[in-house]
Amino acid sequence: MWLFDRDLWSEVFSTLTKNMLRTVLTTLGVIFAIIILILLLGSATGMINGFDRIFAGKASNSLFVWGQETSMPYKGFERGRPVEYEMDDITMLSKRVEEVDVISPRIELGGFQQAVVVKREGRTSGSRVFGDFSTIDLVNKKKIVEGRFINLNDVNNGKKVCVIGLETYELLFDKGISAIGKDISINNIYFTVIGVYEKSGDFDFDGENSVIIPFTTFQRSFNSGERVGWMAILIKPEYPVAQAEAKIKELLKVKYDIHPDDNRAIGSFDFSQIFTAISAFTMVLQGFAFFVGIFTMLAGVIAVSNILLITVKERTKEIGVRRALGATPKVIKRQIILESIVLTVVAGAVGFIIAVGFLYILNVQTASNTDVPFVNPTVSMTQILVSFTLMTLLSILIGLIPARRAVRIKPIEALRED
Amino acid sequence: MIEIKNLHKSYKMGSNSLHVLKGINFSVEEGELVAIMGSSGSGKSTLLNILGMLDELDEGSYTLDGVPIKNLNETKAAQYRNKFLGFIFQSFNLINYKTAAENVALPLYYQKVGRKERHEKALKYLERVGLKEWATHLPSELSGGQKQRVAIARAMAAEPKVLLADEPTGALDSKTSYEVMDLIQKINDAGNTILIVTHEPDIADMCKRIVHLKDGVIVEDKKIEQVRASQYV
Repeated sequence: MWLFDRDLWSEVFSTLTKNMLRTVLTTLGVIFAIIILILLLGSATGMINGFDRIFAGKASNSLFVWGQETSMPYKGFERGRPVEYEMDDITMLSKRVEEVDVISPRIELGGFQQAVVVKREGRTSGSRVFGDFSTIDLVNKKKIVEGRFINLNDVNNGKKVCVIGLETYELLFDKGISAIGKDISINNIYFTVIGVYEKSGDFDFDGENSVIIPFTTFQRSFNSGERVGWMAILIKPEYPVAQAEAKIKELLKVKYDIHPDDNRAIGSFDFSQIFTAISAFTMVLQGFAFFVGIFTMLAGVIAVSNILLITVKERTKEIGVRRALGATPKVIKRQIILESIVLTVVAGAVGFIIAVGFLYILNVQTASNTDVPFVNPTVSMTQILVSFTLMTLLSILIGLIPARRAVRIKPIEALRED
Repeated sequence: MIEIKNLHKSYKMGSNSLHVLKGINFSVEEGELVAIMGSSGSGKSTLLNILGMLDELDEGSYTLDGVPIKNLNETKAAQYRNKFLGFIFQSFNLINYKTAAENVALPLYYQKVGRKERHEKALKYLERVGLKEWATHLPSELSGGQKQRVAIARAMAAEPKVLLADEPTGALDSKTSYEVMDLIQKINDAGNTILIVTHEPDIADMCKRIVHLKDGVIVEDKKIEQVRASQYV
């Protein structure tokens, strides 16, 4: 195997090291290309990780539906009629919309985003109070700091328990005191704390100053009856969320006698859109990184090819002598191409090391900053392999130009006197 | 060893055609030491190129050690050159970043001879030209005569059928020239076939046969009494 031919390698290295300064300058283009490519790819990954941190724990295929006021008169009803959902809507939608995986109805004490006074042993907090099913954890995962989240048993039996956010805990409890098993009161009704949670991503609808109690307990304690504040819906991953959204709205419009063209009666938010937008953005970013990287690399490799052309010209006589001594065109070609590969790959490796160093510094600099969506900028093994393979292929392809020039040198050159 | 019949060669120069070799008939036996002489333009370089498979003939035939040399592609020609011929050049043409031993070993490298064996053979041939102690030296550290002796060792390393020397003493002073000729004579004494292209009569007189070329034809082909170079050294 010629790849392990020690002499071939020593030939390559002796020609490359003959003019060290020129060799180093030649490789600068490739070094810069790799630095740019790795930095861009790493930054793209950093941004993806950053967005992941913001939206950690959120199901990407989720949909939120709430009621607003009608904006068009229909079937004898005037406009401005409030739309309010009930528990049997949940059953109806689960049964009739096949795209739906889970519907988790929610209700908030005092209405949407209203703080309620929560008391414990003379301390108070203004917190939001939610009635929830345990399935809400599938849509918006909470990080449990202590204890546990509400479960199906709590909901079925209407247990008077609650899970509180970290901020609520800090307002109601002294530091270091466990909240588990302690009672807090809301509207003079007592609930036992079973868990304390923390938001899992930077972004969370519920915040950390909230009290979550089982939906059934909420109904009994606050006489909410069959009312549903809004629905958090998980769509089966194989379906587009927008398609389910349209179906759900249509069914609800029929049920609540809303004009088919009334777009303001039902409010909804397709959470998957954010994820689609982000992944499209990062994909464009990665594509851009590769595009810029590849073309910079092409420029670098062309510089390598150019310098090899010059060395071939300088070595015309030597190559002629080698040919006269019995070197076949294949042997000459192989050596020039190998020179091209070695120059490019060594330069690529140097650039790679420098770029990784940059990424490390960038990581340290941005680690403490939570305002910027930039976390842990890295390049994947696949990206590295693809870059290096591409680079090697380019160097072979471009190396063919000086190699062909070298092969055209006739052995008769050896006899030419200069 | 070498058999050339009715050899013609012409070069196209634009619309004109320059007829350089006009029917050469020429043969060399094994063990001969032949000088090819002629003024510039006589066609001796062209003849050497054809003998060295560096150029193709237009008409006629060329047989080397019983093998017809015709229609060779680049790869085949390189292999034949490596196997049949050893070249000695006027300006030595050693590779300047390789040591004497590495230079001598180069034809063997193209024969795919193993590294160790190559080195041993290189040393053996360097010893034959009296430069074993210089094996690790670069060409820049050698004198002109030493360089040519290294080049002769290189030409012999692959054990070719014929050595082709193109003005081997052209770049050397006369004393060194005679030393080199002495070496060539000794190699010839050992049975090697050698062809020397030269325009120096004293060098030609040290061969066993002189072939005179003029205007593309052989005008004279005579065996001579060899002048031994050792008497001048």
